[in-house]
Amino acid sequence: MTKNRHYPTYFLFGTLLLYVVLYLLPGILGIGYSFTDWTAYSDQVHFLGYDHMFDNYVKAFSDAKYFGYLGNTLLFTFVTTIVKNGVGLALAVLLTKQVKLLNFHRAVLYIPAVLSALIVGMIFKSILNPAQGLLNSTLKIFGIKGLKWLTDPKIAFWSVMGVDIWKGMGYIMTIFIAGILSISPTYYEAAQIDGASGWQQFRAITLPMLAPTMTVTTVLNVIYGLRVFDMVYALTNGGPGFATEVLYTGIYKEFGFGRYAMGTTLSSIMFVFMALIGFFLIRAMNRNEVEE
Amino acid sequence: MATKKRLQRIGVNVLAWTLSLLLIMPLVLILINSFKTSQEAAQMSLRLPSVLQLENFKTVIERGKLGVTFLNSLTYSVFSVLLCTLTSAMAAFVLSRNRSKANKIVYFLIVLGMAMPINFIALMKVMQTLDIINKRIGIILLYAAIQTPFNVFLIYSFVGKIPKDIDEAAIIDGCSPLQLFFSIIVPLIKPVLVTVMVLTFLNTWNEYILPLYFLGSSDKWPMTLAVYNFFGMYYRDWNLVCADIVLTSLPVIIVYLLGQKYIVSGMTAGAVKG
Repeated sequence: MTKNRHYPTYFLFGTLLLYVVLYLLPGILGIGYSFTDWTAYSDQVHFLGYDHMFDNYVKAFSDAKYFGYLGNTLLFTFVTTIVKNGVGLALAVLLTKQVKLLNFHRAVLYIPAVLSALIVGMIFKSILNPAQGLLNSTLKIFGIKGLKWLTDPKIAFWSVMGVDIWKGMGYIMTIFIAGILSISPTYYEAAQIDGASGWQQFRAITLPMLAPTMTVTTVLNVIYGLRVFDMVYALTNGGPGFATEVLYTGIYKEFGFGRYAMGTTLSSIMFVFMALIGFFLIRAMNRNEVEE
Repeated sequence: MATKKRLQRIGVNVLAWTLSLLLIMPLVLILINSFKTSQEAAQMSLRLPSVLQLENFKTVIERGKLGVTFLNSLTYSVFSVLLCTLTSAMAAFVLSRNRSKANKIVYFLIVLGMAMPINFIALMKVMQTLDIINKRIGIILLYAAIQTPFNVFLIYSFVGKIPKDIDEAAIIDGCSPLQLFFSIIVPLIKPVLVTVMVLTFLNTWNEYILPLYFLGSSDKWPMTLAVYNFFGMYYRDWNLVCADIVLTSLPVIIVYLLGQKYIVSGMTAGAVKG
């Protein structure tokens, strides 16, 4: 094979070594460990036995606490995906219009996305502070009584999602801008000659032409949402109680308590879930490549 | 008609400014408060400081051990950028050029990693076995590993756009695979390599989950984790916390402003055809 001679397989070794040992192997090992009683308190790890091998999984789906993590993760994913797509698209439409200093605005809206989630979390811990925070003191000027944004169990999770949307929408906007700019202007020219209004042009041209882009932003948002950790950890660390606990912060807590088998079970549930989603991501992205 | 258009144009400009100001406000808040005294910063407001407290930054650098943590972050970022860019580029090149059945499967498995969660607990076991837990080299290898899927994906699609005739000409001239890659291909894929480097740098700089799990000793912590720890100790002195945030974010803002073009092209690659 001349191909193998000019494009030798040893070029792959570095990547394969890193990826297989530190990424793939833990995922697969983790599934194995989910059938055991592994904890930090014993050197020995025992298989749970064929009759009980799914005990950890049964617990993950029946225990209200763990089920709550799962529910929160899905709620987070659902809400942030929809809002980031909606707001991101609206911003992209706005910033492809005749706005002065276009690049300045685009750059500013993107800045939150390059900051560390940990830092964004700290900033918003200050802003959302019920007593001294900027948000409540601003609301006070208008005579509105502020809320306990991060400590009231009923609204804490919504605050977390709000901050996450603030951080992430610029990224989604940037992708939509690229999508809108790739639409041929001739469509709009033709529509204008026919007397279509701005809204009609958006409905009939922009939206359908952006469908492939929307698929990708949706998949990106879903993957991000299911794996979210940073923002929750930095803002509330799952509290108050378990009100804002998501899967990844839950796994970190299990790790902290030394309940390794349970943690790795929760990870494995995600592993299977995400493998399916990853499959669709690759298909969506490959479709774009084919159309090039 | 003309006035309507003009009004519309003013409208979108006003809207754009309002949104930009709203989004940048939290960051301005941090910047302003980093120059205040502790008493002034207790009420986190947008009021300007009465006197600029430049010594806040000095205090933070000393008490927050920013020198050490800056070097840690720099070490992790630079080495994982170099390692991951090199391995990903070599792999992506071969995977893109030689699309044999085996290579297609390898590519698919690697790219699937973009969506896969990391099993941190099992990873701990692997790292213990390899004796790289709680070590700098371990964190560097991890950062390189977790960013491999996206980087391979980006470079792969870029290599696909380079005509194969170039390779053939080089091979006829007697280039070895390594010569072909380093002296012919690398210069041609430089834009995507810069994108990969900038993104890997930013991600590594901002990330803090891996050190949280795998770096027990605080002398190895990167800046982000140190600033969070600092926040836990000095939460009454928001002026200092703000100064710490400013100094920790400065490198990413600078890299962002310098590499904006490359970041945007990388972030939108694959998402938009063309």
